Amino acid sequence: MSDRESWFTDELERRGVSRRDFLGFCTVMASALALPASLSAAIAKAIQQTDKPVLVWLEFQDCCGNTESFLRAARPTVADIILDTLSVDYHETIMAAAGVQAHETLKKVVGDKRGQYLAVVEGSIPTGDGGAYCTIGGRSALEIAREVCGNAAATIAMGTCAAYGGLPAAAPNPTGAVGVADAVPGIKNLVNFPACPANAENITALLVHYLTFKNWPPLDEYQRPLFAYGKLIHDNCERRAHYDAGQYVEAWGDEGHRTGYCLYKMGCKGPVTSQNCPRVRWNEGTNWPIGCGHPCVGCAEPDFWDKMTPFYQHLQGPPILGPGYTVDRVGVAASVGIAAAFATHGVISYVKRSRQLPQEEPKPEAKKGDTV
Amino acid sequence: MTHIVVDPVTRIEGHLRIEAEVDGGKVRDAWSSSTMFRGIELILKGRDPRDAWVFTQRICGVCTTVHAIASIRAVENAIGAAPPPNARLLRNLIIAMQCVQDHVVHFYHLHALDWVDIVSALSADPTKTSSLAESISDWPLSSTKYFAGVRDRIKGFVDRGQLGPFANAYWGHSAYKLPPEANLLAVAHYLEALEWQREVIKVHAILGGKNPHLQSFLVGGMATPVDPDKQASLNADTLAQVRSLINKAHDFVARVYIPDVLAVASFYKDWAGYGAGPGHFLVYGEYPEDDGQRPALFLPSGVIRNKDLSKVERLDAALITEQVTHSWYEYAGGDQVGLHPFAGETKPSYTGPKPPFERLDTAAKYSWLKSPRYDGLPMEVGPLSRMLVAYASGHARVKEVVGGVLQKLGVGPEALFSTLGRVAARAIETLILAEKQVEWLDQLAGNMARHDLRTHDNSKWDPNSWPAEASGVGLHEAPRGALGHWVHIRNGSIANYQCIVPSTWNAGPRDAAGHRGPYEEALLGTPVADPAKPIEILRTIHSFDPCLACGVHVLDGRRREIARVRLS
Repeated sequence: MSDRESWFTDELERRGVSRRDFLGFCTVMASALALPASLSAAIAKAIQQTDKPVLVWLEFQDCCGNTESFLRAARPTVADIILDTLSVDYHETIMAAAGVQAHETLKKVVGDKRGQYLAVVEGSIPTGDGGAYCTIGGRSALEIAREVCGNAAATIAMGTCAAYGGLPAAAPNPTGAVGVADAVPGIKNLVNFPACPANAENITALLVHYLTFKNWPPLDEYQRPLFAYGKLIHDNCERRAHYDAGQYVEAWGDEGHRTGYCLYKMGCKGPVTSQNCPRVRWNEGTNWPIGCGHPCVGCAEPDFWDKMTPFYQHLQGPPILGPGYTVDRVGVAASVGIAAAFATHGVISYVKRSRQLPQEEPKPEAKKGDTV
Repeated sequence: MTHIVVDPVTRIEGHLRIEAEVDGGKVRDAWSSSTMFRGIELILKGRDPRDAWVFTQRICGVCTTVHAIASIRAVENAIGAAPPPNARLLRNLIIAMQCVQDHVVHFYHLHALDWVDIVSALSADPTKTSSLAESISDWPLSSTKYFAGVRDRIKGFVDRGQLGPFANAYWGHSAYKLPPEANLLAVAHYLEALEWQREVIKVHAILGGKNPHLQSFLVGGMATPVDPDKQASLNADTLAQVRSLINKAHDFVARVYIPDVLAVASFYKDWAGYGAGPGHFLVYGEYPEDDGQRPALFLPSGVIRNKDLSKVERLDAALITEQVTHSWYEYAGGDQVGLHPFAGETKPSYTGPKPPFERLDTAAKYSWLKSPRYDGLPMEVGPLSRMLVAYASGHARVKEVVGGVLQKLGVGPEALFSTLGRVAARAIETLILAEKQVEWLDQLAGNMARHDLRTHDNSKWDPNSWPAEASGVGLHEAPRGALGHWVHIRNGSIANYQCIVPSTWNAGPRDAAGHRGPYEEALLGTPVADPAKPIEILRTIHSFDPCLACGVHVLDGRRREIARVRLS
């Protein structure tokens, strides 16, 4: 047994975690990542033997929502990540150092760990007015992003703002905000991890995948991991049966609303939003917006602030359907209706892309070009 | 004279830069600058007012409910929607848990490292820490073995040579006063609080769908269905879950947070002499207890001037203005006048140095925050203001807890006007709100038992039911202080939207008359032992709990007479 494994085993014992519990955790992670259970042993080995990789988390035009979401992580917890799993050398919201000392830390990572560290970006990056809309230590967000992400082994654009510009980039985009891909041209090994904010369970699953396999899970053409963004909300929604049966909420607080009828007519964007909310839910599976009677607002989709609004206007979908409709007929009607709705908004290509997503569970092999 | 720049100020939300002049070991002058702008109010223009809360909620992901609530109230105020009692109770529960969770996270994760030396904790004797813990609380996690485990975990972490977020800080600084065993106690509770915050915030998931960024608010009420007998509604089972989480929240606050604050403060009593702000305090009031036009509020509104606790003035929101004399904006009528938010303009106009830069020109414009003023004066907002106004208004429970804390620390009421006072007031408020939540839950359960299942006023949902022109204000006491949203609606769309947020009040720059903002004022006289490691500046700034992403403004240059502000 190597020193590293010995250290890890000691650490587990000290914390009252049995070997069996640990392997159970690895199986859960394999499941969260849609990997075969047989890989859990490989995950266990990788976690035990790995040196702590360095992570720097940058915040630009953000609201800190993704950081807050990260603080709600339970598998593993944020304390586990920070103390045992990753070396989070820079994260303005939690780091002890400030000012000059904070700068020194970031400079050291970029200098000493060039090409080896993991960068996370939260918030969009403003390009207007010479970068004056977001400066840190007198440097523009644009300059910092190019230096830090440009020299990272890989970058996660955490949340919709970092992935696509998000709220600051909504029309009329007064600050020229963009996402990481546009701010750092030619960036390598970028993963987009949208949603407003990104779900804590997905964040930790992605980090564990990286620690385990040293690469990203399979991504779609928007650079989003398929394990979290491979299916439409609508397809896994607990209220789908009511949609299929033509049972809709007609007014807030009505009998149907209290019974859990479909929120389609109240503006739900679940039919055009790719995200695994129905499966992982939020806050350790406690609940999710649709479970709490509110429609999906489509927060994981590019430009949702412009394309999904008004939030309470329903997609042009099927008329009220009688109980005689079969699931297949409803499905056809819904697809046509949704396509029409998006044609109205001039975003037909967007819907086409949604339909092209693979239907099968992703395979563990990373795609060409995804390796880190 | 040494010029200090602290940028980034870390362990806050958002982007804050402090420049200060230090002479003779004390801060002689200071400037506070927000260095980020997003323009959310401009983005809101022309959109559906019923959507506004989703947009404004993203002003901040830490206080993830507060802008949603303020926005909803502003639109409801404009269109005359009347949310039913259940919606008020659900909102009160959500707001209170936001405050309780946020204050605890602030103390342990954003503020404690200014007072607690992690490195010193490594040399603690776990037996002594155990004795200390048991002398201040009956919290069960207090054994020697437990603290030895925490110490060893941290030691293992340090021994690996990668200190992560704890690297390169001010460890060993002469300003740290806690003995090693108290440091170890605080480190253990730092880790416990991380677990606790994740758990208790599930109240938000149950009542609001998720956290952060809850998704069950609605103009006119709440989307959360309530029905004791339905699986898809807030029912008997989920009410029981909420009750259990509320109890858990209260338990930690009463048995860990409060004893820790008292224990830490007892080593830092000199900080009752530093950090006073402008001495003027503004509170909008919060937690409506009934459904009238002017409901009774659990925490009262009011204004205190010049630290005079003998007199609480009635709040008149028409006296609020914002100035841009030292902010990167232009006013059509000149930058020396203040504008009420209903007549607010925000035209960004950056005139600062081109990045990268070393220094701001603090004689000119130097911040993305405006300078809000009440009757022409800078005002401090936040837990200290709320507790002072409640105390001076005769709020029985606030008087009782404030009195107990002052007595325990052996300091007089004047100690409240300080860095230490802000820390204590936040803890006092947390306890009072943690106690209160169960009352609202009981009222909600009582309504449900009587089969009052209303959660929404549908009569104003359709924009066709609205007047062609309408304006409204939504006031809220966020964890960090007085928050206001002002909306003007024309033909069903947003014509104008203005926010004045707590951190604009506290962190804003100087005004036309040369008044410093509260941060700037509070830093005067702060001791700085080592200008290269200005931990004392962080202590006072962090005592306000900065939340800077809220530093957003905007809007059109239109000026018009709009209905007088109605306070709800």
